[in-house]
Amino acid sequence: MAILIAIWEAISKFEIFPAFMWPPLIIPNEPGGVTVMKTLINGLIDGQLLEATGQSLGRLIVGFVIAVILGTIIGFLIYKSELIDDTLGFFVSTLQSVPNIVWFPLAILWFGLGVESVLFIIILGATLSLSITLSTAFKSVPPLNIRVARTMGSKGFHLFRTVIFPASVPQFIAGLRVAWALAWRAVLAGELLGGSGGLGTLLDMGRSLQSMDLVFAIMIIIGVIGTIIDNFVFVKLERLVLRKRGIQVVK
Amino acid sequence: MLEPHIQLTDLHKSFEHKGQEPVIALDQVNLTIPKGEFLSLLGPSGCGKSTLLNIIAGLDKQTSGDITVNGKPIKGPGNDRIVVFQESGLFPWMSVLDNVMYGLLIKKVPKEEAKARAMKWLQKVHLAKFAHAQPHELSGGMKQRVAIARALVMDPEILLMDEPFAALDEQTRMVLHKELESLWRETKKTIIFVTHNIREAVILSDRILLMKTRPGGVKREYTVQASRPRQATDSVLVDLEGRILSELQLEMEKVLKEEFGDDYDFKKDQLHGNSDSHMGSDI
Ligand SMILES: Nc1ncnc2c1ncn2[C@@H]1O[C@H](COP(=O)(O)OP(=O)(O)OP(=O)(O)O)[C@@H](O)[C@H]1O
Ligand SMILES: [Mg+2]
Repeated sequence: MAILIAIWEAISKFEIFPAFMWPPLIIPNEPGGVTVMKTLINGLIDGQLLEATGQSLGRLIVGFVIAVILGTIIGFLIYKSELIDDTLGFFVSTLQSVPNIVWFPLAILWFGLGVESVLFIIILGATLSLSITLSTAFKSVPPLNIRVARTMGSKGFHLFRTVIFPASVPQFIAGLRVAWALAWRAVLAGELLGGSGGLGTLLDMGRSLQSMDLVFAIMIIIGVIGTIIDNFVFVKLERLVLRKRGIQVVK
Repeated sequence: MLEPHIQLTDLHKSFEHKGQEPVIALDQVNLTIPKGEFLSLLGPSGCGKSTLLNIIAGLDKQTSGDITVNGKPIKGPGNDRIVVFQESGLFPWMSVLDNVMYGLLIKKVPKEEAKARAMKWLQKVHLAKFAHAQPHELSGGMKQRVAIARALVMDPEILLMDEPFAALDEQTRMVLHKELESLWRETKKTIIFVTHNIREAVILSDRILLMKTRPGGVKREYTVQASRPRQATDSVLVDLEGRILSELQLEMEKVLKEEFGDDYDFKKDQLHGNSDSHMGSDI
C-alpha cells in the first residue's frame, strides 16, 4: 500500500503526465496546490461528497430492497411451477446475460432522465440475478428434509417458511452478495450517464471540469463503500450461517 | 381377531421416467395390518420396502389399488402416521431441541408443553445434554436417535420405521430395541418396521413379511410365536431366523444372478461367509 502511494507520488512529482491528469495523492506539488486527499476531505466537510454519497446509497438501498422482494417471489414461482420455469425461467436467464446498463437508453425513454431510470436498472439487474440463484437454491433443498417436514404435517406456505427457505439461506446470502455488487455498479453507471445526482453524476462533473483530484476522490469513496459492505456485511453473514450449520469455511 | 388398522388392496406402484422402461416397485400387494401389530418387512435391496412405507405414509401415491387406514382412504400425509427414515434428515439450521419440537408445533401444542415433551424424549434416547447443540455436532448414531425421538414425541397411532437402527452401534441398538418394545407394549401402536437384520425382525415382530424383487411384492409371511419379553437365544427364534435366512438367500441369489451374471459365484461365497457373523444375520 505504502509503496503504491510512493510510486503514485513520484509519477506526479516528476510530472510524467500533466498535473490535471495525474494529481498528487497526499503531498501537494506546489504550496497550497491540489491533492486527492485534500479534495476528498474538503468534499466530505463541505457536504458535497457526503450528500452525493448519501444520494447514491439511498438509491442503492431502495432498489436493492425492492429487488430482493421481487427476486424472492420470482425465484419461488420458477421453483414452484414447471410451466413458469419453462417460460419465465428461460426468459429471465436470457435477460440476465445482458449487462444491465444496456437497458438504460430504454429506461430513459420510459421513465425520463431521472431517479426512476436509475432505480429501474438497479432493480432489473439485481432481481434477475437473485431470482435465478434462488430458484436453483429452492430446487436443491434435500428431498429428505422435505419428506421429514411433510410426514410431520407441514405443507404449503408453512413448508416453505420452515424448511425450503431456511435450507436455502446460504445460497440466498451468496445471491444477495452478487446482486448487491450488480446493483452498486448499476447505481453508478446510471448516475454517470443520467445526470440525476449522486456519486456517478459528480464523477462525470469532475471529468468535464478536468479535475482529476475530484474524480479520484470519488473513486476512493466508491471502492471503500463496496469493500466495506462486502466484507463487513456479506462475508460476515455468510461465515456466521455456515459456521452454525457446521459447514467448513475455506479461506 | 383384532380390527384391521391398515388395509392394502391390489396395491401397485411403478416409477416412470421419460424415455425409460417403467420400474415396477410394487405389484399386487394385498395386506391387512391389525391394530397394534408389530410388523417387519425384510427383503433384498430394491424390493420396494421404502416405497411401501412411503405410500402408507402418504408421501408417495400408488399407481393403482386402494389403501385405507381405519377404513378411510388416505389422502396425503397425516400426523397419525409418522415416518422414521433411513437417514436422520435433521434440519441443520435448528438446534436438536427445535428439531424434536418441530412436529409438535405443527400440531399446535403450546410451546412450553412441546418443549417439555421433547426434552422427555431426548432423555429417553440419552441425548438431553445435547438439546441445545446443532445437528452437525452429533455423530451419525446420535443424529438417528434424535430422529427417533422426533418421531416418537408425536405419539402417532402408526409408526413407520425405515431401517431406523441400521446406522447405530450394537449397544445402542439393543437399548433402543428394549425401548421400542416397551413403548409398543405400553401404547399398542401399530408399527411397520423395515430392516435388513433378520435377528432384529425376529426379536421385535409379531409378523414378518419377506419381500421379493422384480416385481416387488410379498413373497412369504412368518408369524413369530415366541412369548415376550424375548431373548435372542430363545430356540423358537433361532430356528425361525435360520428358516428366514435360507429363504432370503434363495431370493438374494436370484437377484445377484440377474445382476452379475457369470461373476455371481464370487459373490455367493461372500454372502455365506457373512451369515456366520456373530452380529446376527445382517443382509
Ligand atoms: N423416485 C424413484 N424413481 C424411480 N425409481 C425408484 C424411485 N424410488 C424407488 N425406485 C425404484 O423402486 C424400487 C424399490 O425401491 P425401494 O427404495 O422401495 O427399495 P428398498 O426395498 O427400500 O431398498 P433398500 O433396502 O435398498 O432401501 C427400486 O428398484 C428403485 O430403483
Ligand atoms: Mg429402503
